[in-house]
Amino acid sequence: MNWAGLYTVLSGVNRHSTAIGRIWLSVIFIFRIMVLVVAAESVWGDEKSAFTCNTQQPGCNSVCYDHFFPISHIRLWALQLILVTTPALLVAMHVAYQQHQEKKLLVLTGHGDPKHMEEVKKHKMRISGSLWWTYVCSVVFRLLFEAVFMYIFYMLYPGYQMVRLVKCEAYPCPNIVDCFISRPTEKTIFTVFMLVTSSICIVLNMAELVYLVVRACARRGQHNSNPPSGKGSFYGHKLSSEYKQNEINQLLTEQDGSLKDMLRRNPGLQEKGDRCSAC
Amino acid sequence: MDWGALQTVLGGVNKHSTSIGKIWLTVLFIFRIMILVVAAESVWGDEQQDFVCNTLQPGCRNVCYDHFFPISHIRLWALQLIFVSTPALLVAMHVAYRRHEKKRRFRNGEKIDIEELKNEKFHIRGPLWWTYTSSIFFRIAFEAIFMYVFYYMYDGYQMPRLMKCNAWPCPNTVDCFVSRPTEKTTFTIFMLAVSGICMMLNLAELCYLVIKVCWKDSRKTT
Repeated sequence: MNWAGLYTVLSGVNRHSTAIGRIWLSVIFIFRIMVLVVAAESVWGDEKSAFTCNTQQPGCNSVCYDHFFPISHIRLWALQLILVTTPALLVAMHVAYQQHQEKKLLVLTGHGDPKHMEEVKKHKMRISGSLWWTYVCSVVFRLLFEAVFMYIFYMLYPGYQMVRLVKCEAYPCPNIVDCFISRPTEKTIFTVFMLVTSSICIVLNMAELVYLVVRACARRGQHNSNPPSGKGSFYGHKLSSEYKQNEINQLLTEQDGSLKDMLRRNPGLQEKGDRCSAC
Repeated sequence: MDWGALQTVLGGVNKHSTSIGKIWLTVLFIFRIMILVVAAESVWGDEQQDFVCNTLQPGCRNVCYDHFFPISHIRLWALQLIFVSTPALLVAMHVAYRRHEKKRRFRNGEKIDIEELKNEKFHIRGPLWWTYTSSIFFRIAFEAIFMYVFYYMYDGYQMPRLMKCNAWPCPNTVDCFVSRPTEKTTFTIFMLAVSGICMMLNLAELCYLVIKVCWKDSRKTT
């Protein structure tokens, strides 16, 4: 399991994201993970071996390095990227659960053939109902993790600049010893770059949050002004005649309940429901 | 996520490019990214280790290396290649958006073949033409910016053998020797030449798109 494995896992989530979510995912993979792997890792590669202290005292080098770099930038970024990308898996799990519900419904209504099952897997879920809440939570968590890590970076490495020289007096170094960091300018450049991309990702997440909230309010306004009529006949007509996946989606998300509830409410399906032992 | 993954991502864009765009993508992957990975990275691999200064003063080597190489050639090329290849994603996003619109029309009742929709090549017309042209323009801009950054940072494109350093804590002025300067100069000039070829291809593609549109417009009016 490496970054490529993570990419495979998250590409699946991509399908059910908003457009801003997809842009965010591209920025994460191309401008953060890829830059980390192809460039930043080689800059920090020799950070310990080229950390030189002006002393011949054995152990002083290691102790000073450990004192000034409790956790390396590279590891912090790797943790940040993993934690920031995983809330999307909440959405993936919810989508999988909804697809499972749809498949059960299809089997109950007599559309349990492989072709319909494949269609359930392939189509894009609409972000409404409980999925909307899951999605919004995942975006909030992403924002939270980004902010927390930016704060940790600031706490551990005050300012975002890498200095050339640090003065160390930890035991066993004799008195105060000058220690020199390798490639400080290049490290500063990459730290600033990763900081900027992190801020861009925060802005994208906030935009996505605002977009989701505005869309939900707009949808609610539309729903209030055009209430649906005769729910029973709507289901009966749609399920018995032409099968359209999105309407089933809407059915399940608007009802947002178990299949039992749905069958209870719809007398048209009752004959088939009688055969269901779980109901 | 490495160069292979970038190739997968950009390979998809290839389908909707012009012929010149396809040539450009091939040149990018074979003559720039591949050369970077298989050759240049090993030339610059020991750049700090073998950067030797004529002093025993601890820290002087680190400081002098940092002073003369604020950002290594390899990292600059990696950033350049990432920035130059990503405008193509704008085109990919626009094509995905058009496909999505077509699918929506299909759901609303129009008859469209799903398989054909997946493999359809969109012609570069209308708003897609503007997106495509902007992406080429950005590519050219990024290439030019990076070529200038290289020139500015390293005072030309040649790697000197010897550098004189007097940053603290080096005592007085100290001679520092760069490892493999000739090989580095060779690769720098090679990457510069290929970068120039890519810029030419992008300019040619831009001209081709503009001429195609003007010719089409003049045919419509006559």
